[in-house]
Amino acid sequence: MSSAASEPSKSLPFVEEVEVSGHIIDSLLLPKILDAVTGGGGAFRIKQINVGQGRHEPSYAVIDVMAESEDALADLLGQISDHGAAPTHAQDCRREEADLDGAFPEGFYSTTNQKTEVRVDGKWIEVREQEMDCGIVVEGEGAAAVPRCVPMLNVKQGMSIVIGHAGVRVIPHQRDHEGQVFEFMNSNVSTEKPKGAAVREIAHEMYRNRKEGGKTLIVGGPAIVHTGSGHHLCGLIEQGYVDLLFAGNALATHDIEQSLFGTSLGVHVDRGHLAEAGHEHHLRAINRMRRVGGIAEAVRSGVLTSGIMHACVKNDVDFLLAGSIRDDGPLPEVITDAVAAQEQMRAKVRDVDFCLMIATTLHSVAVGNLLPAWVKVVCVDINPSTVIKLSDRGSFQTIGLVTDVEPFLRVLVQELESLEAAGAD
Amino acid sequence: MCPPDHFRIQYEINPWMDRTHPVSHTRAAQQWNDLRALLEKLGAQVSTLDPVEELPDLVFTANAGMVFQNRVVMAHFRHAERQGEVAHTTAWFEGQGWQIETLPEGCYFEGAGDALFCGDTLFAGYRLRSDVGGLQDLGQMLGVRVIPLELVDPYFYHIDTCFCPLDEKTALYYPEALDDYGRRVMEELVGDLIAVTEEEARRLCCNAVVVGRDVVMNGASPRLVEALRARNFQTHATPLDEFLKAGGSAKCLTLRLDGEEAASWKRSE
Repeated sequence: MSSAASEPSKSLPFVEEVEVSGHIIDSLLLPKILDAVTGGGGAFRIKQINVGQGRHEPSYAVIDVMAESEDALADLLGQISDHGAAPTHAQDCRREEADLDGAFPEGFYSTTNQKTEVRVDGKWIEVREQEMDCGIVVEGEGAAAVPRCVPMLNVKQGMSIVIGHAGVRVIPHQRDHEGQVFEFMNSNVSTEKPKGAAVREIAHEMYRNRKEGGKTLIVGGPAIVHTGSGHHLCGLIEQGYVDLLFAGNALATHDIEQSLFGTSLGVHVDRGHLAEAGHEHHLRAINRMRRVGGIAEAVRSGVLTSGIMHACVKNDVDFLLAGSIRDDGPLPEVITDAVAAQEQMRAKVRDVDFCLMIATTLHSVAVGNLLPAWVKVVCVDINPSTVIKLSDRGSFQTIGLVTDVEPFLRVLVQELESLEAAGAD
Repeated sequence: MCPPDHFRIQYEINPWMDRTHPVSHTRAAQQWNDLRALLEKLGAQVSTLDPVEELPDLVFTANAGMVFQNRVVMAHFRHAERQGEVAHTTAWFEGQGWQIETLPEGCYFEGAGDALFCGDTLFAGYRLRSDVGGLQDLGQMLGVRVIPLELVDPYFYHIDTCFCPLDEKTALYYPEALDDYGRRVMEELVGDLIAVTEEEARRLCCNAVVVGRDVVMNGASPRLVEALRARNFQTHATPLDEFLKAGGSAKCLTLRLDGEEAASWKRSE
């Protein structure tokens, strides 16, 4: 499938979204519809077009039809409906029963991370568990119908899956009703932008979130430990700014390595030079955790007495470690089944209000894919490509900062301290 | 086929029909019997559907549904006058062990009258009788390419009145029954198009039955006979003017149960 969008020939005030499907290219139905719109004094914008690749594969287009007046729009819609262009909002969503486990019926509606509603029996109902790149399953009928996002893998035969765009509407997140926070920022990533103001805004957000009982998720990579910033994160955890930590085997391993041996990847974090046989330290750290039966047990038995993971256990901060193919060990808590890890992450992010991603591409992108667009996300990485990947989720709620981890966390902690000292609202 | 025992002009749902020009029962019966005999002589085996008194157009079996392999997609008529036919034709197909398919509620589809295969593509007429949404659903249901063509002349209200696939690459058509888009599509997708004149079109020459290389129609001009002969088709004229009074001719009076000659699925089975 290919995708394209066309710029409007002109912009007119009255707009209705229509969809048309079938062999609309070969049959010239699409050009005919578009000609009818422009010939009738209207304008159009192709929002989505999937062109069938095979001879028997249908194509599909979603088009905004625009007109000068409501009457003119109604006229145009009437004309083009004869050629199969149907308003997507004037009808109930179409559904088809899943014929297989683990796969959608062809033509399924593919979700975005924006708030979405589907129409069932003439009523618009908000889709639950909003997540991008899923389908929508509708459970129950009529007034009791409950639509929710369902990942492909979780499809069960017989589920009622939404097909096409008809009866589905996406409500883009509004900037203004969220107040002033984050307002000055945008998702443009630049290494040249001043960081101080941005970090202050992030501190404000975390402070407010803690105060209002919101849930803050940290997604962290091992650079937090390598750069000697582990203690900053410990401070945030101890101060109650962190409710949930997602990481991989590496962050936890090097954090524990540092706690047990004072090194991270064999390098003395405080002195910056290699320890003798330091390359073995991380493996010995993992081994010790495996011998005692895990991180929590190591904390309880006094084997592990400091560091990020220690702080999590001591402060009842929930953590999830997702494995990857290059992991040593791994630590006993690491979930090595990627699908199981994704499923648990999905369940845990449901009520997250704020997410801070620090120095990890893999885990940041994974979490970014799970979060709805209205969750504020800050992505901090020395590598602009990671930040851009996250910003490309298409939400202004994602803010990217290209900076080293240590100064970022140091300034963040300072900003939070001054907010606390001032008792800021 | 369905014998014309009850065929008459009882209502007017297309410009051909005029209740002041009644059908001659005797002539209609003779013409129908002649058509049947001709088809049988050309090698066709004819099954019949019992006529029903209150359904005069049941004689036009092409509109009962559209055949695809062992499946038949039943019609949903636009006009209430013909909607009663569906129960009878469905019962007939059920009795013969066909897999019955229906399109979603709310879309009109008038069977093989509006959906003809030429090669692996289903050329379908819309706007006057069938609607385009139903045709798209049909394509999805059968997994075939459907090319909806807008019919712009009310005299040619079904695509089988202005288009007749002869084999996988050859077809008769009446260009004026389509708009510019439809003509361009037809020229693009059908290898060898034989355009008929207005006079031929008005005799419903495109509403022909093809059996192998034999083409059966209601009278043909020498020009058309020659155009077909040049492509190795033999034309057989048989008068059907009594049925033209209702807007139907040879093709409308038949439904090809084993697939039209021009349908490529017929050979790939």
